Amino acid sequence: MNAVRVLVGTQKGGFVLAADGRRTDWTVDGPYFGGWEIYHMAASPADPDRLYASQSTGWFGQVVQRSDDGGRSWHPVGNDLRYRGDPGTHLWYDGTPHPWEFTRIWHLEPSLTDPDTLYAGTEDAGLFVSTDGAATWTELPGLRTHHSAGSWQPGAGGLCVHTILVDPSNPEHLHVAISAAGVFRSDDGGQTWAAANRGLRSEGIPDPEAETGHCVHRIARHPARPDVLFMQKHWDVMRSEDRGESWHEISGDLPSDFGFPITVHAHEPDTVYVVPITSDSQHYPPDGRLRVYRTRVGGEEWEPLTRGLPQHDCYVNVLRNAMAVDALDPCGIYFGTTGGQVYASSDAGDTWNPIVRDLPRVLSVEVQALP
Amino acid sequence: MIRVVLPQHLSTLAGTGREIELDIDGPATQRLVLDTLESAYPMLRGTVRDPSTRRRRPFIRFFAGNQDLSHESPDAPLPEAVAAGTEPFHVVGAMAGG
Repeated sequence: MNAVRVLVGTQKGGFVLAADGRRTDWTVDGPYFGGWEIYHMAASPADPDRLYASQSTGWFGQVVQRSDDGGRSWHPVGNDLRYRGDPGTHLWYDGTPHPWEFTRIWHLEPSLTDPDTLYAGTEDAGLFVSTDGAATWTELPGLRTHHSAGSWQPGAGGLCVHTILVDPSNPEHLHVAISAAGVFRSDDGGQTWAAANRGLRSEGIPDPEAETGHCVHRIARHPARPDVLFMQKHWDVMRSEDRGESWHEISGDLPSDFGFPITVHAHEPDTVYVVPITSDSQHYPPDGRLRVYRTRVGGEEWEPLTRGLPQHDCYVNVLRNAMAVDALDPCGIYFGTTGGQVYASSDAGDTWNPIVRDLPRVLSVEVQALP
Repeated sequence: MIRVVLPQHLSTLAGTGREIELDIDGPATQRLVLDTLESAYPMLRGTVRDPSTRRRRPFIRFFAGNQDLSHESPDAPLPEAVAAGTEPFHVVGAMAGG
């Protein structure tokens, strides 16, 4: 690996940041699709030149873009994502039934082995798959028709499938996270689903330990240890040893266990990163100090990482899809803020530098390590 | 020949200028103009009308000859000046947001 490419989705377009393996001198290309919301850009692990982007606005709906040359050129592909059959209803914010309506793609998850195959997680919550390079899409309705789905309610950002994890040891094993329904697990490639929220406790719902209804902000895993999952919930940082069958809290000595992203070091399965946020009603770092927290022991004991990050008067947020790691050694960590900064660390979080400071609000960050 | 004026985002997406010309096969109606538009520029499918219901997206309006045609039947004849190509059919993104 001798280069990296950082794919940044923002509220007003997509950007591609690139550097060689030293990760000190960066080029910034973009905006691509200027003026549109780019909820996610993702690269195929099987073909580093194959990229996908979710492009949308409230005016013109959903467009899906594909690049076959590493982002130098893009072309629109299929954007017809229809729920199969009668989509039914979920609960609206006020607790009344509300018809399932497609709004946008939050997350694109390309196959580990086939550049033409990818999943899309949508708002309202659904899971779609394409096997022809995003030309056409088919819903996997087993998720949306889970027995609990009629009781799902949106989080502040909508009722969205925002995270999709594919087990590298068995691609039939999928996890998704839905705000505000929780984690769901499939062992058959997405045909059938089970809730995977045992051990979660959420004070904002009538039964704090209900099977579903938890506002899970993000889940992550290390590819070499697929049974272990980490979660940043609305409140609480959690860990599962058994593929989400049960969870226990690992918030430990964090200054706040509210936050959005969580990610795992590329080479150390017990090194995990979060960005604590003050509270559910104050979406900015505690004390105006932007601190990434790292555990090297799988949770409970966390250390603040501050070198190069603003330590006063900082009131940005880091959204759930806006932190990622590269596979170089030492591992690189990247995150984008609602203030438009993208910070990078090329030493596993010890020191940070801004790659770019004045982008639109950053919605997502993904990283490719390139040969 | 029908002249259609697109909002900037859609002309960029379609890779065209703001105004395009369409040859339509039949009487000029909203439905036929939009069907022809989407056939000529498939990347615009779903951006003006919902792909499943084929209804105008909520923040899209249709103007022609200083008239708002957004709430006309999709099968109503368009004004003669639009059908004759002397007036364009405007696809407009509502003024909202930034």
